[in-house]
Amino acid sequence: MKVSAIITLKKDVLDPQGKVIHQALDGMGFENISEVRQGKYFEIDVNENDPNKAKAVVEEMCKKLLANLVIENFKIIETQ
Amino acid sequence: MKSSVITFPGSNCDRDMDVALKKFGFNNKMVWHNDNELPKSDLVVLPGGFSYGDYLRCGSMASKSKIMQSVINFAKSGGLVMGICNGFQILVETGLVPGVLLRNKYLEFICKNVFVKLDNKENTYFKNLNKDILEFHIAHNEGNYFCTKDQLKEIKDNNQIAIYYCNKEGKIEDQYNPNGSIKNIAGIFNKEKNVLGMMPHPERMIDQSLSGEDGSIFFKNLINNIK
Repeated sequence: MKVSAIITLKKDVLDPQGKVIHQALDGMGFENISEVRQGKYFEIDVNENDPNKAKAVVEEMCKKLLANLVIENFKIIETQ
Repeated sequence: MKSSVITFPGSNCDRDMDVALKKFGFNNKMVWHNDNELPKSDLVVLPGGFSYGDYLRCGSMASKSKIMQSVINFAKSGGLVMGICNGFQILVETGLVPGVLLRNKYLEFICKNVFVKLDNKENTYFKNLNKDILEFHIAHNEGNYFCTKDQLKEIKDNNQIAIYYCNKEGKIEDQYNPNGSIKNIAGIFNKEKNVLGMMPHPERMIDQSLSGEDGSIFFKNLINNIK
């Protein structure tokens, strides 16, 4: 079963890359933007058929390795 | 005095550290990341570099490598563990020192000499040092120290800030902050002060013909403190 996780920076953490991307988009004419935040996306194929169990495993992975909880939040977004 | 330098795939300051430690009298051993046991050591150093190609987050993969469990146990039992640059990033990922290291504020790789000011000398690393301001070298892309407000209060209350970026005279101001670190922090201790993580490289300042000798002062003092 495939489980996806999105890691994003917490709100009060500076995201200089997001800022530069925002500026570049502005310069390209995409002016209707208030903020850009960059994050990470993981697609993990877990050998598990129960969606809840699979999600729980990925949640554990996020807590232990994929995200640094001092600065990042994670969201398990979908199962297939 | 015995020291160990851990080599991770992608470490590139491990041999410089080996040269520096030996120059000032340490009997140093190089330890491979995939080993299980640390040799008997008075000091363990996590060197600079780009361990595991900085994949995921700098230092995150190295913090989970085999030898690190021994290093963590060693640190928790009071052993001296020093992480320089990427070694500092590894230390924050293990949780041995608080906070994280984000990308530099202006998204530049910074490679230059900086001045740092010691915050306190009540620890094995800086005790008896006859200088308060040292000139070290930095070379990093992710040295922007960050921690939560609660963590900042805690590290201040516990005197865990080891060194600050400053100018030649020791002024700690925004304009002397190379990378955007919160409060100009360049290095941090754990609560017990036996674990030190810092971005600057003392091992690059051990020869006047290279760049300076403030690293020599640091290492000479360190070995005397450990003896």
